[in-house]
Amino acid sequence: MTTVRNKQLSSTPNAGLATATQAPGRPLVTTVNTKRLLLTALGWVVAGTIFFPIFWMVLTGFKTEAAAIADPSLIFSPTLDSYIEVQQRADYFKFAMNSVVVAFGSTLLALLIAIPSAYSMAFLPTKRTKGTLLWMLSTKMLPPVGVLVPIYLLFRDFGLLDTRTGLTIVYTLMNLPIVVWMLYTFFKDLPKDILEAGRMDGASTFQEVIFLLMPLTLPGIASTGLLSVILSWNEAFWSLNLTSSQAAPLTAYIASFSSPEGLFWAKLSAASTMAIAPILVFGWLTQKQMVRGLTFGAVK
Amino acid sequence: MKFTRALPLAGIAVVGATATAASAETITVATVNNNDMVIMQSLTSEFEKAHPNIKLDWVVLEENVLRQRLTTDIATGGGQFDVMTIGTYEAPIWAERGWLAELNDLPEEYQVDDLLKPVRDGLSQNGTLHALPFYGESSMMFYRQDLFDEAGIEVPEQPSWEEVRDWASQLHNPQEGTYGICLRGKPGWGENMAFVSTLVNTYGGRWFDMDWNPQLDSQAWQEAISFYVDLLNNYGPPGATSNGFNENLALFSRGNCAIWVDATSAAGKLYGADESKVSDKLGFAPAPVAETPKGSHWLWSWALAIPSSSEKQDAAKTFVTWATSQDYVELVGETKGWTNVPPGTRESTYENPRYQEAAPFADFVLNAIRDADPNDSTLEPSPYKGVQFVGIPEFQSIGTQVGQMVASALAGDNTVEQALQAAQTATERTMKRAGYLD
Repeated sequence: MTTVRNKQLSSTPNAGLATATQAPGRPLVTTVNTKRLLLTALGWVVAGTIFFPIFWMVLTGFKTEAAAIADPSLIFSPTLDSYIEVQQRADYFKFAMNSVVVAFGSTLLALLIAIPSAYSMAFLPTKRTKGTLLWMLSTKMLPPVGVLVPIYLLFRDFGLLDTRTGLTIVYTLMNLPIVVWMLYTFFKDLPKDILEAGRMDGASTFQEVIFLLMPLTLPGIASTGLLSVILSWNEAFWSLNLTSSQAAPLTAYIASFSSPEGLFWAKLSAASTMAIAPILVFGWLTQKQMVRGLTFGAVK
Repeated sequence: MKFTRALPLAGIAVVGATATAASAETITVATVNNNDMVIMQSLTSEFEKAHPNIKLDWVVLEENVLRQRLTTDIATGGGQFDVMTIGTYEAPIWAERGWLAELNDLPEEYQVDDLLKPVRDGLSQNGTLHALPFYGESSMMFYRQDLFDEAGIEVPEQPSWEEVRDWASQLHNPQEGTYGICLRGKPGWGENMAFVSTLVNTYGGRWFDMDWNPQLDSQAWQEAISFYVDLLNNYGPPGATSNGFNENLALFSRGNCAIWVDATSAAGKLYGADESKVSDKLGFAPAPVAETPKGSHWLWSWALAIPSSSEKQDAAKTFVTWATSQDYVELVGETKGWTNVPPGTRESTYENPRYQEAAPFADFVLNAIRDADPNDSTLEPSPYKGVQFVGIPEFQSIGTQVGQMVASALAGDNTVEQALQAAQTATERTMKRAGYLD
């Protein structure tokens, strides 16, 4: 974020100067301010557009079902009825706990596998490295439903259906290509000389990774981990298909309030608000690290 | 002293509680998030009180998600569920494959003969029940009595589609926020095609001839779809291709539709003053007809079945017989109100004076269900079972594909002829691939 803002700030006065030179007599400060105001307004419009559905969902959760289907209005008497009803019908905390365990568990597992893989690909590449990377990414191009039945059968035979372990394994496998790719690009940006210097000082490969590579690329690893948590948290296909009552996460909780027959907007909105609240707070708290990680190496 | 005396007692209590918990069997019930099922879920404690050895675990999902989830589990013998909520479409197909437990030795007090015959037939395979009906529905016409009275329109005992078009044109007033008619337009075999199939039936059409040749390019289909497209485009709400049951329910409840033809289960919701602005202005009539009354209204039932893969068959059977019994109907009536009683399953429900009083639409629903015959729903003979669907596994994909083509004609992306020709070709291809045609 900081980097982007700096770039914008440094480019804006130049643009203003250019305009000022082309239009003599026009005050420089006004042009710069107008441009900045326009950009700010545009930024707000974009942010507002992105945030509006979430805002409307939160609002609808506090309406009655009748008010939720009525003509859209910001004026209504708020009620907690929908929140009370969704909690009566399903134990939110059970679903939330499953989401936390599975999202963080799968992320840890993915990082554990991906860090050594990305290290080897970034610093000890072979002629097949590029091909392996592309092949890994290609697994993301297959629609998940294509492998549903084989995975379901495997899970049935290994007793993994409706277990957190099973879902953690699937999420790990699902996110692994992205995690490896992201880590690979972060590791690639690190000068090899640093690791070589460590090796000269007698560091083993393990020590190299733990004491040099990981501290130096921590923002990248953190943002990769955060992205993996968010992807796992929001994943709905596998969670709905591989769990039933014991390991079902919040995506299954939301799905239970949708219905093709009957009015459910307020209850669904309340359930969705409760389901996204933890990850929203989590994202809010970690946004600095995330943006830092995502722009890591961008201005080299 | 007190403590030493209390200790053995506490020990006995703990052992007793552990023993009860250990002996209690937990069954997993998969169901949809419809109002009647939500009520069933809320009565869990009543069931567990009456059957302390059985505990219920619920998996509630949206209909399409549930269908996919259950199909995967039952086809692979996953054994994740002990009770499944399925419809009249799945019951015979799954029963034929041996996926569902037979329900033929039901206790006498269950009174199986009290179940409405069309619903019972719809859930049977070779005369054996494989699922017990939780609630049943047909389709009917809802209209705004106040608008009809103002316009001096009298609805006959059996309205026709031509009359409906005239009324819709008279009452269509978009400036005032009233649309002449609301019908399903959202593509899907259980969405627009449920309605469209009944319309085609009453225009004298059918999905397949006796040799399984698709009939979508027939005259009856052309007439029915042209009528449907003209009617909705001229007198319907804008963006009708995104309207399914819920969207139309919302529109009608807010007073935006003069006429709506849809599921009988909407009646209870429209009557509920909490969610409906039109509860005191409602008129009911049978589903309109065109060339023939055959198949003009659908038959659907949500039912509870026990998969053969369940290892807790006895406990599951205890639950499904409880949830579909007369006593359950009574329990819902007493605790949740008589309009919330699951409709369309038992004769005794309709004989109950308290239900008759609370639900003035009861007779329409009962007659609609009694009249619907899934074994004889088309003017010309057809080889399939089902009024608004074709009881073959391939129909889900065929129905949804054709639904998308009908929606494209409604949206004006294609002409009716083009849409039906494409639908015919696609259906022929699917039927050939499935081995019905050479």
